[in-house]
Amino acid sequence: MVRLADLDEPERSHLGTIPCPDFETRPWVSGPAMAARRVAMVSTAALQHRDDRPLLAGAGDYRVIANDAPDGDLVMAHISTNFDRSGFEQDLNVVLPRDRLREMAAAGEIGSVGKYHYAFMGSTDPGGMETAAREMAGHLKADGVDTVFLLPV
Amino acid sequence: MGGLAHFLEDEGLATTQISLIRPQTENTKPPRALWVPFELGRPMGAPNDAAFQLRVLRAALALLERTDGPVVLEDFPDDAPADTAAQENDEGWFCPISLPPLAMDLAAGGGFKAAMAAEIAGLSTWYDIALRERGRTTVGLSGLAIDEIVDFVCAFLDGRVPENPNGELSLGQNLKFAVEDLKAYYREAAGAQPGHNTGKQMNNWFYGQTAAGKALYALWPIAAELARQRDDGFMKTFANLLLIPASQKFRAEKEEA
Repeated sequence: MVRLADLDEPERSHLGTIPCPDFETRPWVSGPAMAARRVAMVSTAALQHRDDRPLLAGAGDYRVIANDAPDGDLVMAHISTNFDRSGFEQDLNVVLPRDRLREMAAAGEIGSVGKYHYAFMGSTDPGGMETAAREMAGHLKADGVDTVFLLPV
Repeated sequence: MGGLAHFLEDEGLATTQISLIRPQTENTKPPRALWVPFELGRPMGAPNDAAFQLRVLRAALALLERTDGPVVLEDFPDDAPADTAAQENDEGWFCPISLPPLAMDLAAGGGFKAAMAAEIAGLSTWYDIALRERGRTTVGLSGLAIDEIVDFVCAFLDGRVPENPNGELSLGQNLKFAVEDLKAYYREAAGAQPGHNTGKQMNNWFYGQTAAGKALYALWPIAAELARQRDDGFMKTFANLLLIPASQKFRAEKEEA
């Protein structure tokens, strides 16, 4: 269930009509074969380390999540109350599947997992994230990452 | 989410993503997206189900091998196991922990504080079990212990404005984090025993059956009035949009009717 028809009003109308950016270009990067890819994740669940500065509403910046950081060091500062957090509380992988990526790397299905993942505050105008996102892209490439798996919440 | 994918792809990184709200993805047109019919908050579908999560991840990454871009939007075919279980069992999930019966008038004579303290006394064993078995808790945004959180929230309910526990953040932001920690404590305890629950089932329990849930309904007009008095934009947003989920506001409307 998140078919919009399954949601109650006013949430259904709100989510179905949020203004979305309209980009003039359609970039498309192919990348290497799957077994050679180095994959990192970007989440908009406002994940952060406990001692990070809190991700706050409307901010377009990000927090860095080390791939080897203990699950218990991560909290979720997302502003919205209109999504389930109980799944995240039971298993971090339901929002940031680090274990699954590591398993795919160990099995040779992908090449490797990036040293860092990144988290933004969702419910934020994407235009306000552009500067930070482009800067983050430089950090990802410096780590050898060529592929990014993005997850909303 | 689609905007971030666009920026990263423009910087030379191949991207693929989960889509939870299909119309938003249709409008934003990111390079590759896998729409999943899962509950908001669960982009990988199901907690503690590695096989299902792996299926979702493989399906999302498989889009990277497509050559028919620049816009690919696919649908994942299956519902999440918790949703399927909820549909097959009309009674669904219920909290296995017996909480003390609620007093008729929680607002009188420190009733909320006493009732929440009694509930937490009943939940604490299960919270500790969840902490031990999961090796983690998500409580901690506010930096307050659970009894301090109850004191902080109940001060507002008693008509007082408590001292801001973290001067680097606004009072409203600290209240938001305290409320999130309170809810997380209850949910982690309630979810300690094995069993599938959806977010809606957990919300129905918290907001419908606990003193803490009812305290948040009581907090709603108090925070809204405080926002008005202080001309505090965040506190106003907190009161009206960030405190009670849209899907649970019907309880307040019922009581007012």
